[in-house]
Amino acid sequence: MTNLICIVCPRGCHLTVDEKNGYKVTGNGCPRGEAYGKNELINPLRTVTATVKIELSGSVKYCPVKTSAPIPKKMVMDSVNLLKNVKLKKPVKLGDTVLENIFDTGVNYIATKTMEA
Amino acid sequence: MKTEYDVVVIGGGPAGMGSACGVKEKDSTLSVLILERDSTLGGILNQCIHNGFGLHYFGEELTGPEYAERFINRVKENAIDVLTNTMVLDIDLENKIITVINKKNGLVRIKSKAIILSMGCRERSRGAINIPGDRPSGVFTAGTAQRYINMEGFMVGKEVVILGSGDIGLIMARRLTLSGAKVLACVEICPYSNGLNRNIVQCLNDFDIPLYLSHTVTKIIGKERVEAVEISEVDKTNKVIEGTQQILKCDTVLLSVGLIPENELSRNAGLKIDPHTNGAYVYENMETLSSGVFACGNALHVHDLVDYVTAESIRAGHSAAEYAIKKGNNTDDSNNSLDYKGTVVSLKATDGVRYTVPQFIRIDNIGALNDKVDVFFRVGQPHKMCEIQVKTKNSVITSFKRLQTVPGEMEKISLSKKLLLDSETDEILIGIKDLD
Ligand SMILES: Cc1cc2nc3c(=O)[nH]c(=O)nc-3n(C[C@H](O)[C@H](O)[C@H](O)COP(=O)(O)OP(=O)(O)OC[C@H]3O[C@@H](n4cnc5c(N)ncnc54)[C@H](O)[C@@H]3O)c2cc1C
Ligand code: SF4
Repeated sequence: MTNLICIVCPRGCHLTVDEKNGYKVTGNGCPRGEAYGKNELINPLRTVTATVKIELSGSVKYCPVKTSAPIPKKMVMDSVNLLKNVKLKKPVKLGDTVLENIFDTGVNYIATKTMEA
Repeated sequence: MKTEYDVVVIGGGPAGMGSACGVKEKDSTLSVLILERDSTLGGILNQCIHNGFGLHYFGEELTGPEYAERFINRVKENAIDVLTNTMVLDIDLENKIITVINKKNGLVRIKSKAIILSMGCRERSRGAINIPGDRPSGVFTAGTAQRYINMEGFMVGKEVVILGSGDIGLIMARRLTLSGAKVLACVEICPYSNGLNRNIVQCLNDFDIPLYLSHTVTKIIGKERVEAVEISEVDKTNKVIEGTQQILKCDTVLLSVGLIPENELSRNAGLKIDPHTNGAYVYENMETLSSGVFACGNALHVHDLVDYVTAESIRAGHSAAEYAIKKGNNTDDSNNSLDYKGTVVSLKATDGVRYTVPQFIRIDNIGALNDKVDVFFRVGQPHKMCEIQVKTKNSVITSFKRLQTVPGEMEKISLSKKLLLDSETDEILIGIKDLD
């Protein structure tokens, strides 16, 4: 049995996951908590947010980005380090991909803000 | 430049944008202006690049900038006027004249029928909590550090101690770690965290950052730059327990010790401010004690969820629109909401409840008997298995069970017009009672 706090929504339900019983989840306030509890023990995932440099009309600014889907928790740190080498040179729209296929997960880093000159 | 409007909104964060859209939703022919001192709309959301916004309102999890952009687009679609880089200096509440300054137009006076106050909040600083020791550089409020890192790409330090476990401090612990800094500890004076559980998990536990509960920073050490902090354990009365002092070597201290509604403007204008919320006193429709002036968002009381800010500000927008329409139809003041003749119920926080918003309800303004007024409040201490009691002087008129309630999360209950009428009182108390 493992006790977890669900991080899917601000309610933060206290979950209990029974590994010996098909990862049966109790204490969840909704179905998303069940999926989270199971996943957290088998393959924990996180959505990551960060920023990348963007150069527009000669000045460097910072564009907020996020992973288009949650990625494995163990890749979080390295995936942020990948962004250090990214420098956008053109305006971006919310949702535009700024870094493709993070460590072959099929997940991209996408812009979370429209930034024009 | 246009200097007469039906509604002028002060502050262009989510509360300002939501209320402006609320005005247009009620009547799209009303003219609305948003005044914002920053260069863009969005307020604090622009620096909150993490996700966790919009689950209630949009039914999906968005980052701060994404949430802001949806409202910026609505502001555009609704043809709402916006003046950015424009600072509001003074409000004449009586005549609804707002004095602003910007580079392009200089000092300008703008006349409006109704005014919405949505200036957000500011952070408590070192002065507000009195930490002894040296005054070196390297001490930041968490929000200032957030702005530096996320918007200006400027790293605040390499080894960081965070004082306070509110959500902003927790979010910054993760952000600093991902940016390459080492966060040595998060130190919290209360025996419980003031942040959401999910943020303890994904911002501290994920990165093995220790959380010291019932601890505080008792000294900041360093000449030019922070070199270390002394932290100590405290007892139940927050007194330092001698002999528990330990030194943590660090170059940066972040303070995440609370937010205070930004109301310098309102105070100077003579608006009545509730000492418990540090925001204006309001009626059920978000109108302040100055008729035709409305308040919403963090300027009214500190919110932890932007979704609630949006809901509240849309309501303020509707009310301001109604007021402006009345004013437009009627040049003398007979329709002034000051002329309300019905019963006013005042809500009082008691037994473990710190404040309520609204503080006053004009019963006749509620509409149908089954219509409800939402009342928001915060508790002073965490409670498990408890009951929120709504009382008159003599009896409990209704109650709401809660499995738990914590000071960090705003509580909400709804009171129907029927309940208020049936209680035949002009004062209602709201308190917490622990069950067994
Ligand atoms: C760091 C942080 C993290 C948060 N994280 C979350 C989260 O994960 N999920 C969530 O749902 N909520 C979160 N919140 C809460 C939520 O974002 C806020 O409650 C909400 O943004 C407040 O909106 P507002 O419009 O009242 O204030 P603000 O966003 O602060 O906007 C106020 C605006 O008024 C302007 N202004 C002030 N004075 C003047 C003046 N005199 N003249 C002109 N303009 C003026 C300011 O420049 C500012 O743009 C967080 C809040 C903070 C501070
Ligand atoms: S179980 Fe459901 S309700 Fe509970 S925290 Fe998770 S997502 Fe939220």
